[in-house]
Amino acid sequence: MIRRTIRFFDERLHASRFVRSSLDKVFPDHYAFLFGEIALYCFIVLLGTGVFLTFFFNASSTEVTYHGAYHPLVGATVSDAFRSTLDLSFSVRAGLVMRQVHHWAALVFIAAIVVHLCRVFFSGAFRKPRELNWMIGVTMLILAIFNGFAGYSLPDDLLSGTGLRIAFSIAESIPLVGTWIAFMLFGGEYPSHRIIGRLFALHTIIVPALLVGLISVHLAMVWRQKHTQFPGDGHTEDTVEGPKLWPTYAMKSLGLFFAVAAVLCLLGGLFQINPIWLYGPYHAFQVSSPAQPDWYMGWLEGALRLMPPWEIRAFGFEIPNPFFPAVLLAGGTFLGLYLWPFLEARVTGDRGEHHLLGRLRDHPFRTALGAATLSFYSVLFFAASNDLVAKWLKVPVSDITNAFRVAVFAVPALVFGVTHRLLRSLARSGAPRFSEMPRQALRKGFRPVGSAPES
Amino acid sequence: MSTEESLPQRPPPQPELQPEPQPPSPTRAIALSFAVSLAASIALCVVYIFGGQPQLEGLLLFFGLGGVAAGLIQWGGKLLPQGPYVQQRHELTSGEQSQEATTDTLEEGLATLDRRRLLVRLLGGAIVGLGAALVFPVRSLGERPGGSLFRTPWRRGSRVVDEHDKPVRPEDLPVGTVLTVFPEGNSGAADAQTLLIRLGHGDYRPRPGREDWAVDDVVAFSKVCPHAGCPVGLYEPDTHRLYCPCHQSVFDVLDAAEPKSGPATRPLPQLPLAVDGEGYLVARSDYHEPIGPGFWNRDR
Repeated sequence: MIRRTIRFFDERLHASRFVRSSLDKVFPDHYAFLFGEIALYCFIVLLGTGVFLTFFFNASSTEVTYHGAYHPLVGATVSDAFRSTLDLSFSVRAGLVMRQVHHWAALVFIAAIVVHLCRVFFSGAFRKPRELNWMIGVTMLILAIFNGFAGYSLPDDLLSGTGLRIAFSIAESIPLVGTWIAFMLFGGEYPSHRIIGRLFALHTIIVPALLVGLISVHLAMVWRQKHTQFPGDGHTEDTVEGPKLWPTYAMKSLGLFFAVAAVLCLLGGLFQINPIWLYGPYHAFQVSSPAQPDWYMGWLEGALRLMPPWEIRAFGFEIPNPFFPAVLLAGGTFLGLYLWPFLEARVTGDRGEHHLLGRLRDHPFRTALGAATLSFYSVLFFAASNDLVAKWLKVPVSDITNAFRVAVFAVPALVFGVTHRLLRSLARSGAPRFSEMPRQALRKGFRPVGSAPES
Repeated sequence: MSTEESLPQRPPPQPELQPEPQPPSPTRAIALSFAVSLAASIALCVVYIFGGQPQLEGLLLFFGLGGVAAGLIQWGGKLLPQGPYVQQRHELTSGEQSQEATTDTLEEGLATLDRRRLLVRLLGGAIVGLGAALVFPVRSLGERPGGSLFRTPWRRGSRVVDEHDKPVRPEDLPVGTVLTVFPEGNSGAADAQTLLIRLGHGDYRPRPGREDWAVDDVVAFSKVCPHAGCPVGLYEPDTHRLYCPCHQSVFDVLDAAEPKSGPATRPLPQLPLAVDGEGYLVARSDYHEPIGPGFWNRDR
């Protein structure tokens, strides 16, 4: 049976040699290499659950009176998008689980991409010859964040509707063409009855199709270039070591897919997520408080909250306040990510091919910069909850905001200095790992510059 | 498998003198994992048939999928050959010679086009024209922003109504309360949403020129935050401050709704009020400035 299948395809497609070399392909085995795979498997779960949801969801802003299974809202005026989301949650068997698994999968999907990005960054896997794949990865991160936002905006609830209002204002803030961009995206002045349908098309067709294409190229490039590998253990630049794809790696990876799906189902079954019936239907004059977006929007929300009340007004024109934290910061973030492999090559002058990954201490500047950058976005993320922090600490929210305004610059500076020095001492001490580094070597790294003779 | 393509395996480590004790066979654990999965799947069918229950469905899906996962991962990790196998990396570049040849091929092709310069230019013109023509449908995506950001449905004499279209008299509002209102016929309109606030007697300290904009200590301010457009939904009567729950901008109602903290840069625009012959609140005019967040030509 197998022989006949192989023969059928080989006689038509010359497939046999390729398939055999593929089955024999060696994959390095390391837990740090699994985050990209976890993201891929989340995406598959997203596709499966998402298709199920499209069969019940109506992407329409038409107002209807709710008569469904959720009693507290019976008689309320809601959009058809909101009504159909409640119906698929409460009246479709297994619908609520599907919807919650979908939402959790999106949260974990983007988290896995971010962790994968960190792994690639800190291990130096983005260096030549893998700069192209790094850029594809950054593009997928942007698409994933966009699609997460588009997806949670679809049900037209009070929380997500407010998020759309902010998105409109951010688009409006772009100099010269902002109002045109906002009106084109939304189909007119806010609120527009067109936006839900447009987001639906983007969320369910266009962005997923782009992601499928980019994932394919991403994997094809990994296939072609072969995977990187950590140094040590006799690994060299010229070889790859690990189990073969068939059967060992395939079985483990398939196992990982089932594991990811299992955990997402557990989250979706037991942990409530985005209970839109508690937020209520969207009306432009109502708002929920506290209002925090999904985690991957937190850094932008935090930046909006921390931005001091500054804007530029001159010659009768203005660049409004949200432009700086939302458009400029986001644009700069992704531009920096895109350009990093080339910037680093330029600064270090290292334009060679690298297949062995670097250890953190071998690149103290890169590692420290990465850690500082992560801490910057983490502070922004927590600043998105300045109202909640103020409530817990019983301190005026303006004080909390001011503290965050200091922290957003102080914490990264501190993280950079400490990381850089720690890594330098670690490299000098020659200890195999951080925990085995002698105390004295640690202190040496923190001596003021100049007092310790550089060797 | 032919010998020249089979992968070399790393030489196994030197055998120990003492034979290591054999670890227990993982077969039983793998079988158990698959059995758990099967049982969970059957239970899942039963739960579904009896009407479904979200928590149970999630839990059973976890065991159904997780059982397969545990089985496969143990199988792949313990029963299958781990190697490590060593594979040579191939050089990625095809070499300078090949790059030269490719460049030549491309350039030769372009050279043949070069001889028909007029045709190439015409083709270029046609493509650019087509591209430009195809951009026009993009224009259909949204109407022209025009003046719509500069005005709201409020007009001179618009009656003030609540969200249920009920007209409002000044005395309907107890001191220290707020009410979201709209111009009659436009209740719910996003850009017309306005906060009616009843201040304590004599608390209204108007800006010059706004002395007659309040009626019986009732003032009206746009509810759209001038920062990012959220409804300024929280009012603290003791301090007379309005809070925007989105980005924590704070506005002082007694100081013409000037921003006191947070990212907002402008005060909330004030709506001039009056009463009509029947004692109901009406607007004296539309807002005197654009409401809501800033944009490029807002001050034009």
